[in-house]
Order: sequence, then structure tokens, then C-alpha cells
Amino acid sequence: MAIDKETARRVAHLARIEVTEDRLAPLAEDLSRILAFMEQLEEVDVDGVEPMTSVTPMALPLRDDAITAGGIQDQVLANAPETREGFFAVPKVVE
Amino acid sequence: MTGVPIGIKDLFCTEGVRSQAASHILDGFVPPYESTVSAKLRASGAVMLGKLNMDEFAMGSSNETSVYGPAINPWRRSGSNTPLTPGGSSGGSAAAVAADLCVAATGTDTGGSIRQPAAFTGIVGVKPTYGRCSRWGIVAFASSLDQAGPMTKTVQDSAIMLGVMSGHDPADSTTAPRPVPDFEAALTGDIRGKRIGIPKEYRMDGMPAEIEALWSDGAAMLRDAGAEIVDISLPHTQYALPAYYVIAPAEASSNLARYDGVRFGHRAEIRQGEGITEMYERTRAEGFGPEVQRRVMIGAYVLSAGFYDAYYRRAQRVRTLIKRDFETVFADGVDAILTPATPSAAFGIGEMADADPIAMYLNDIFTVTVNLAGLPGVSVPAGLDSDGLPLGLQLIGRPWEEGEMLNIASALEKAADFAHHAPNWW
Repeated sequence: MAIDKETARRVAHLARIEVTEDRLAPLAEDLSRILAFMEQLEEVDVDGVEPMTSVTPMALPLRDDAITAGGIQDQVLANAPETREGFFAVPKVVE
Repeated sequence: MTGVPIGIKDLFCTEGVRSQAASHILDGFVPPYESTVSAKLRASGAVMLGKLNMDEFAMGSSNETSVYGPAINPWRRSGSNTPLTPGGSSGGSAAAVAADLCVAATGTDTGGSIRQPAAFTGIVGVKPTYGRCSRWGIVAFASSLDQAGPMTKTVQDSAIMLGVMSGHDPADSTTAPRPVPDFEAALTGDIRGKRIGIPKEYRMDGMPAEIEALWSDGAAMLRDAGAEIVDISLPHTQYALPAYYVIAPAEASSNLARYDGVRFGHRAEIRQGEGITEMYERTRAEGFGPEVQRRVMIGAYVLSAGFYDAYYRRAQRVRTLIKRDFETVFADGVDAILTPATPSAAFGIGEMADADPIAMYLNDIFTVTVNLAGLPGVSVPAGLDSDGLPLGLQLIGRPWEEGEMLNIASALEKAADFAHHAPNWW
């Protein structure tokens, strides 16, 4: 399925990637080519085949619901672009 | 591994040492923790000399998507100074080992990212069974496919290093709670009676004659060592690449959602009147390179409402069929499978710049099935092409049978007697 410019705009927004107006058409072309390549999958008969959810058959292990780490606020914040009073700081979210 | 000097791929978080996955978006990121695999290597006495270049977020097959610029292959075509790619994504690891800058290096392999660069640089690279090595502390690309593994000069070195890297980790619930065998002890060199499968679907149209010849030479070497060579069929092989290029970007779009400019790495400037959405979108536009952006967007598309069933769910069903192909041949008594590692020798830096992204994806054609099926695979240097560049063969093992796979690889290594080394021009 070919992707048009409006779909490219929507996909870019879904992916939270800013794309300038003049890059939308080439992006749509690029994505269309890749999707066309994937369309080979339509040839495969997948009736009754379970989608793979785990490549090795194993049950998810359980552990006690206990605090095993923490108290490292300084480490958690050490790489942040901006912090304030022990929190991550971001531009205003609520008007 | 006391005193063994090793290099660590930039995808591994290393405590107090910058770890950026070769991406601008992780500019200046210094982890306060160490990945499980690199911690195990450190605990065994190995010494990290430094971090190694790679494709950005391990997305690429030529190391050209790195924000640092490409690593260069120490090998050159005879009579030529054209810089060649060491492959990717673990290109820096492969180049560093091939050029003797370190004894061994860590790599990671999501679709061939250890085995293809190993083949391009004349070294050994192992992708273990999914769940053998912990992914904790390794920057995630596609979590159901990613595995760490050793890149070394010999099969024996790989066996030793894999033993150190392996094992259950409570911090990664997908690691298998099973004991780690002594892989080195498995290298008896005796492969008499082993059944080696040759999959007919890997004989692609337009396969270079040199690759075809290398492959039959490899089969002959294993036969001479006492193995039985059998023709096998893996009927869904041709659908592995398209399935991979749905599943891997889907997982990547989810994993890479964390790079938003809030908690670490690069944050873009916003203008008057803009808010947090513009900050996210510009941060990611500035921070991710073109190939990463492309894959994150493809992933977002195939997971979006209305397309999830047509692309993602269908690809997961095809993945079941690909795994079933392997289960069938292993149930029929095949011990390992022999294939070429790559469709060509190393190509020139920039040679693929104008090509379709899919042309680059074709590099993974022989390796990607192994990740989809969660199997172990190893690339062994087996010969030179007419330009004097190394070519590799791949052995695919049964799940959890890395020891047996490496034993067969060591028989191949011995028979191929690959004694070549890149000329020291640097």
C-alpha cells in the first residue's frame, strides 16, 4: 500500500519525530518502498498459525513484590538535561 | 580472562564511561551502572580498553549510520586503497579485533550484526541462543531478537569468552535459568557422524560464484572430517527478511520511545509558544539519524490501529513458521546447518549511499532467520575472494547447543586454515 503525504505526516507525529513540510513527500516515497517489500508476506498461508509471542517456550518467572532497589535519586537525575528540586524539569505541560 | 584486553561495543552501558549507542540523542550519557555481560567480563579479569563504534542503535550493516562516522575495515582489496566497511552493526568491534587493537570484543546481533562484520573482517563471531546472555544494561533495539556475543580471532577464544558472558540473570527475565556448559571442553575436534544440513533455499539467484564455491568447499571440509552432509529444506526462508523488517522496527519504535529529551541525553530548544510535544518531536528529529528515524516510523506505522493485523500480527505468524522450519530439520536428526555468512565480501564505504534502503537490508539475508528462530549461529573465516578479502561461512546450531556448534566450527576452522591477516597500513 502506498503512503501519501498526509499519512506520512500522521506517522511522523505518531513516532513523535518532527518532519519539515518539504521532507514529507520523500518520506512518503521511502516508507512506501519499504512497505511494498513487506507485502511479500501476504503470499504466506498463515491460516491457523499462532503468532509468535516468545521465541523460547518459557513461563514468565515470578518474584516477591518487594522493594529491591532505590534511594539513588542523585544517580537517576545525573544525566538529565534539566532538573529542579530533585525532579526532572520539562516545559509547561498544562496551560 | 585475567588481563585479557577487550573492547566493548558502544551499545553496552559501562559504569562511568560514556555509552551512546553511536547516537547523537544519547550525547554525553554516562551510565551509573554496568551491563550484566560487561560486568561478568570485568569480574573474570578482562580489561576494557575502550568503547567501540557501531551503527546508530545497531541499525545498519556498514557502520555508516554512526554519529561518529564509519569504522574502517583493516582489510583492503589487493592493489587498492579504497576504504571498505567492516560491516555492521558491530563494525567497530570487528575492525578492532581484526586489526589487533584488542584480543576480543563484545558485539550484539539482532539480524546479523555480529556474524556479518565477523565475516567481512576475517574473524569469528558468535550469536548465542536467545536467552543465553543477559540483555540487562544493553541499549535495546528489538528485544525479542537482540543477543550479545563474542567476537574473537579463534573459535576457542569465542568458546572461552561466551562461557564468561553467559548465564541466568534475575534482571533479565528472558535469560534461561539453565547451567552454562563448558564450551571450551566441547571443542574435541571430533565431528564424525554429525549430520550437517545444506538448505537449498539459501542458494539464491545471482549468488556470486565465489560464495557458492566457498560454501561447497566448506561442506567438503566437514565431510572430510567425518560429518555427513544432507540436503535440507527451510521453505519459509524467503519471507524472513520482510518479517524481520516488520518485527524489528515495531519493537524498536517501542524501545526508542524513551528517548524524549526528559531524563537523559540531548534535548532540543523550543521556541516561544511551543510546548512539550514540540520538544519531544524536535529532540527526536535532531537526535536520531535518518535510518533510525525511518525504522521508528515504520514501526509506528505497522503497530498503528488498522494495520496491526495486516503487518505486525502476520509477521509474527510467519515467524512461527520460520521457527517451525528449523524445528522440523532438527527433529529429523540434523545437528547443524551450514550456509554462507554474507552474500558478498566487504563493500566500499559510501558505495551503498544512493541505494535503496532494502539493498542494504539484503546483507542480512543468511543471518536473519537465526534471530527470528532464536537459534545460535557462528561465522567462521573460510577463505578469500579474488580481491583478497575475507569470506565467512555460517554454522547454525540447535537451541542451547552452542558447544556442539562451536565444535563443528572449530573443525571447519582447522580445515579452512585461515591464516591470513589484514596488511598493517595504519
